[in-house]
Amino acid sequence: MIRRLVVALAGLLLCGAASSADDRPRIGSKNFTESIVLAEVLRLEAQRHGLQLEHKRAMGGSAILWKALLEGSIDAYPEYTGTITRELLHDLPADATLDRIGEGLRKQGIGISQPLGFDDSYALGVSQELAARLNLHTLSDLRAHPELRFGLSNEFMSRGDGWPGLMAAYGYAPTSIKALDHGLAYRALAGGAADVIDLYTTDAEIRNYHIQVLEDDRHYFPSYQAVWLYRLDAARRTPQFEASLRDLAGGVSLQAMRDMNAAVMLDKRDETDVAAGFLGINGSVQQNAGMADRLWHRTLEHLRLVGISLGAAIVFGLPIGIFAARVRRLGQAILAATAVLQTIPSLAMFVFLIPLLGIGARPAIAALFLYSLLPIVRNTLSGLASIPAPLREAAASLGLPAGVRLLRIELPLAARTIIAGIGTAAVINVGTATLGALIGAGGYGEPILTGIRLGNVPQILEGAVPAALLALLVLALFQGIEHLVTPRGLRLPARN
Amino acid sequence: MTEGPVLFSVERVSKRHGSGLALDNVSLRFEPGSVTALIGSSGAGKSTLLRMLIGLDWPDAGQVTVDGQPLQPDGRMALRRRVGYVTQDGGLFPHLSARDNLALLPRHLGWNAARIDTRAQELAERMQLPQDLLRRFPAELSGGQRQRVAVMRALMTDPAALLLDEPLGALDPVVRFDLQEQLRQVFADVASTVVLVTHDLPEAAFLASRLVLLHQGAVIQDSSPEELFAHPANDFARRFINAHRDLPQVRP
Repeated sequence: MIRRLVVALAGLLLCGAASSADDRPRIGSKNFTESIVLAEVLRLEAQRHGLQLEHKRAMGGSAILWKALLEGSIDAYPEYTGTITRELLHDLPADATLDRIGEGLRKQGIGISQPLGFDDSYALGVSQELAARLNLHTLSDLRAHPELRFGLSNEFMSRGDGWPGLMAAYGYAPTSIKALDHGLAYRALAGGAADVIDLYTTDAEIRNYHIQVLEDDRHYFPSYQAVWLYRLDAARRTPQFEASLRDLAGGVSLQAMRDMNAAVMLDKRDETDVAAGFLGINGSVQQNAGMADRLWHRTLEHLRLVGISLGAAIVFGLPIGIFAARVRRLGQAILAATAVLQTIPSLAMFVFLIPLLGIGARPAIAALFLYSLLPIVRNTLSGLASIPAPLREAAASLGLPAGVRLLRIELPLAARTIIAGIGTAAVINVGTATLGALIGAGGYGEPILTGIRLGNVPQILEGAVPAALLALLVLALFQGIEHLVTPRGLRLPARN
Repeated sequence: MTEGPVLFSVERVSKRHGSGLALDNVSLRFEPGSVTALIGSSGAGKSTLLRMLIGLDWPDAGQVTVDGQPLQPDGRMALRRRVGYVTQDGGLFPHLSARDNLALLPRHLGWNAARIDTRAQELAERMQLPQDLLRRFPAELSGGQRQRVAVMRALMTDPAALLLDEPLGALDPVVRFDLQEQLRQVFADVASTVVLVTHDLPEAAFLASRLVLLHQGAVIQDSSPEELFAHPANDFARRFINAHRDLPQVRP
């Protein structure tokens, strides 16, 4: 019985471990389209230099990517100068020159490329039709029209470098200001509900909604020039890597970036295709895997997350549960501790673990491991505790040592409950592992997150459906194991 | 086992159970090879006394000695391996077949399969249990068959003592009647010290040569069955004896 259990679990672990890393330079991107497209452009450019890069897509926000870069989980990612001075290096003035920023970064072993050629900052926009009618070209031009209705995003309204400062800098005194969600602002403008909206200069919608972006003639908005941040050691080690970074400097105009964003967001084209189109190479040059390959790859990634974390949770959870069943008072405390772990929201858990384990699969596996402990410890404890007292006494009265009683009598009697606990942990893991994509762990979560970002339902389903199927499969698998592991004598109806 | 039958003795033992006393200053010797029945009403302290002999319960005061040595917690396991113990529900492990139940301790003691099977067949014959039933799980056996297996499990390693706690308490009268015969034969054959707990006086008198009547944790009478019937020690002993209805025997 024990042997069968071990074989079943070893099988699970093996399918989990069947994937491994390599040492190509790795680049990352933030979880929005522009960042992903830029990273794909770099990847394809490096490919032209004969260098294969691994691109970890949509890893998260600035904080996560910066940390990943510092600790070497990735070797480069696209960033914006304003973000560097405001969020990453705190000892620099917001308007520091590129040279001063580079100096600050070098101390941490990080290099900064020349600007890519466009600026992604806040701006105000009006419809081209209105701009023509009122002859609006610059932000200063707006001052003469207090009757225009402003529809501004919530974030822009509240940021220090947003509306309050802008109003003061240009001396605006509008009669109507409404706060809107940024996603709705373009539609509000098109529908005539607002005349002026705030936007990002590279927004894809600028083209489609025929918007006139007004020039910041007093240079109020800080500069958000797109640049590459990269590890100096990686650039030294791999000359083609540095060459690729250099080649892209100055090559991406504002219009080009806007077009690429639009191609992904509005025309629903693949980021890789768009990046390839920009570089003037054939999109098919790059190994854009087919649906089956993608699925297979993600399934392996997902199984690896689930398998390793579950295996570790069994290895630790079983003894903990056995110990907890022996020492009841301490057992309750242990159970409470694992229950507290369970209440930590996944995202918070990931954030706690990133400083310890970096990004990628490791923190995700650690988080899943911690989540799996509760069901396994709890069921081991309750399975052992629910053995009827007369049976436990009969075992004791035979004079068998505690270890033999545990293996031959107590664990087999508790097996069904223990396996049910492991099954619960496994099913929860399959679901929770999709959140691992938030920190670059891959798996089924990746298409789900991308699909959410792009509003692309088929893409969401490409992750969600396999995840659901895998959960069902795991459920069935464990029901099978439960049946297999339950001694036949326990499956018989009692007779008298 | 190499040693002969066990000499148990309890010396001035008391045991509190919740609010009342389960045992109140009881002293008894169980001579090697003797067959003793502890009798009395429910709650008289019979089972507690029996369980103390192998350290399943510990006295609050007084001590238990085994072959003259005080029983210590770390000596329990070694003692239990020399003692067969049977409870009312048999205590068979439901996940193991009857044979595997029998094999648990012998296997741990290093017996090989052939030796285990030979011994199991021998005992099955003695307990009149059909061989093929040994392949079954406890849930596939009747109550009487289960108790037979339980007694066999206790006898497997030829124990130096046999302790039985209401071994036939849950059986219907006919099965019980048959098993009494077999138990008497077993007690006669083995060289073990036997201590049996029952609240059934005829059964006790049939199986044991010495009866110890307990009431509210104290020994009321300690004598042969004949002596008990002839000279009950007090009112309770008389009532206990008389609490049985006479039935006319019918011809076959």
